[in-house]
Amino acid sequence: MRFSAFRLIREGLTGNRGWKPLWRDPAPGPAYDHIIVGGGGHGLATAYYLAARYGMRRIAVLEKGWLGGGNVGRNTTIIRSNYMLPGNQPFYEFSLKLWEGLEQEINFNAMVSQRGVLNLYHSDAQRDAYRRRGNAMILSGADARLLGREDVRRMAPFLDFDNARFPIRGGLLQPRGGTVRHDAVAWGYARAADRLGVDIIQNCEVTGFRIARGRVEGVETSRGYIAAPSVGVAVAGASSQVMAMAGMRLPIESHVLQAFVSEALKPAIPGVITFGAGHFYVSQSDKGGLVFGGDIDGYNSYARRGNLPVVEDVAEGGMAVMPMIGRARLLRMWGGIVDMSMDGSPIIDRTPVEGLFLNAGWCYGGFKATPASGHVFAHLIATGQPHATASAYRLDRFERGLVIDEKGMGAQPNLH
Amino acid sequence: MRIPHPLLGLRDLREFTYLGDAALIDRPEATADEDKAALNAHVFLRDNPAGTHRELWYHEYGDRSWLVVTRDTRTHEILGAELARDVALAAGRDR
Ligand SMILES: Cc1cc2nc3c(=O)[nH]c(=O)nc-3n(C[C@H](O)[C@H](O)[C@H](O)COP(=O)(O)OP(=O)(O)OC[C@H]3O[C@@H](n4cnc5c(N)ncnc54)[C@H](O)[C@@H]3O)c2cc1C
Repeated sequence: MRFSAFRLIREGLTGNRGWKPLWRDPAPGPAYDHIIVGGGGHGLATAYYLAARYGMRRIAVLEKGWLGGGNVGRNTTIIRSNYMLPGNQPFYEFSLKLWEGLEQEINFNAMVSQRGVLNLYHSDAQRDAYRRRGNAMILSGADARLLGREDVRRMAPFLDFDNARFPIRGGLLQPRGGTVRHDAVAWGYARAADRLGVDIIQNCEVTGFRIARGRVEGVETSRGYIAAPSVGVAVAGASSQVMAMAGMRLPIESHVLQAFVSEALKPAIPGVITFGAGHFYVSQSDKGGLVFGGDIDGYNSYARRGNLPVVEDVAEGGMAVMPMIGRARLLRMWGGIVDMSMDGSPIIDRTPVEGLFLNAGWCYGGFKATPASGHVFAHLIATGQPHATASAYRLDRFERGLVIDEKGMGAQPNLH
Repeated sequence: MRIPHPLLGLRDLREFTYLGDAALIDRPEATADEDKAALNAHVFLRDNPAGTHRELWYHEYGDRSWLVVTRDTRTHEILGAELARDVALAAGRDR
């Protein structure tokens, strides 16, 4: 079933009786050519691109819970390509370009909204750092504009420009950055993959790997053994657990990141605004809620809920930069478990086990990467070679001294 | 989360900063080339368990001692806390 305006009108006039489920609910088959573990954004996108771009068939996505229950449905929906290092920035720009054509490609409204991402600066040094970052972005083919104080004031007059500690002097704007409705990304990729014959199997937890003579042969699951000579793992916060079942220890710690949504308000905030100095960022959803967050809690966690000091820190940051937020009431808050890597950058690589591939280490920023992550992971699985834009995301880069450390923090996950 | 400091009693999470797995105490010497794998594992690899985790916390806004806290990462329940110094001495390190 194709979605279109015509279809919408026809269904509207005929009592909406023609809509069907977006994907099938198949029982797991005994064997596949490719298994993807994890039905988050990255796993579903990988399955879709494997089928759509690389012509692969007999693919299954195994998800232990339900689609959208992981970080793909918990993030604050921001997309951007404002990284700096050569190993990162071309990859994220590749992703942003894929977002720009995604809805047409998968025939699904993901509400991709390029409303702009503005990073505020407060000092000469920060302005110079942003100028350098902006130039790095432009070199990769992305867009960036350095704004002065009055430019920012025109966009966001409600900010506290004369804050005593962090007066606003300007910002770095990426006009093509923005937000995407996150659940729609999971559903849209799931539907598109399903239409190409991918089996999407929910409530199916991978509980072990069958490995013989250094090769993967299949996976044990809560719904029985499933054979496959090729297994890609994209389980975000659960990466260490799943790979431990294949005998691997990862350069990853799992941490909790919280997010917050206010009651719905009239349109007030033009795009995404980040106040890095105060650990706060905010955007406004199309329903009107202010969607905001800050830093990770900072200790190993699988609890999917955080502690109050971070709630206070985020609220203080919001009040400092945008005092009007104090009038809004908080409606919901939650946490997600993010896979913090040792250099703050992801891993997309083969593993020492033949046929077993890993996609992990997305930290707090893997939603924007979803299309590119799926595309390059599919490329790796289908061809055995890393995709050109992801060739730096090697698993052995740590011991080889080739870390991609945007913040320059060293092997300390809670500082990235 | 409140941490039961062995000398100061229950202290609020805000007073602490977090380093990571308490295995970081056991830094390998790694002077010879063949120790590089051990050093790499020490610096970069983590068990990252979902369950009981022994981990290093620093009482920065307090008495500035390092603690080894045992905590369940699934629930944040704190199961115990010791001075890291005692843990290191018991393991045969000189401090
Ligand atoms: C609060 C919060 C805010 C964020 N904000 C942003 C943002 O604004 N922009 C941005 O770019 N990124 C953001 N992120 C990060 C982003 O959401 C993640 O990096 C990204 O979603 C991870 O990839 P995923 O979608 O595949 O993960 P997930 O959706 O978590 O998918 C992993 C899946 O694997 C499944 N799984 C785990 N173990 C097993 C098993 N044994 N067997 C089978 N399945 C298993 C899980 O159930 C889960 O569904 C945010 C994250 C959080 C928590």
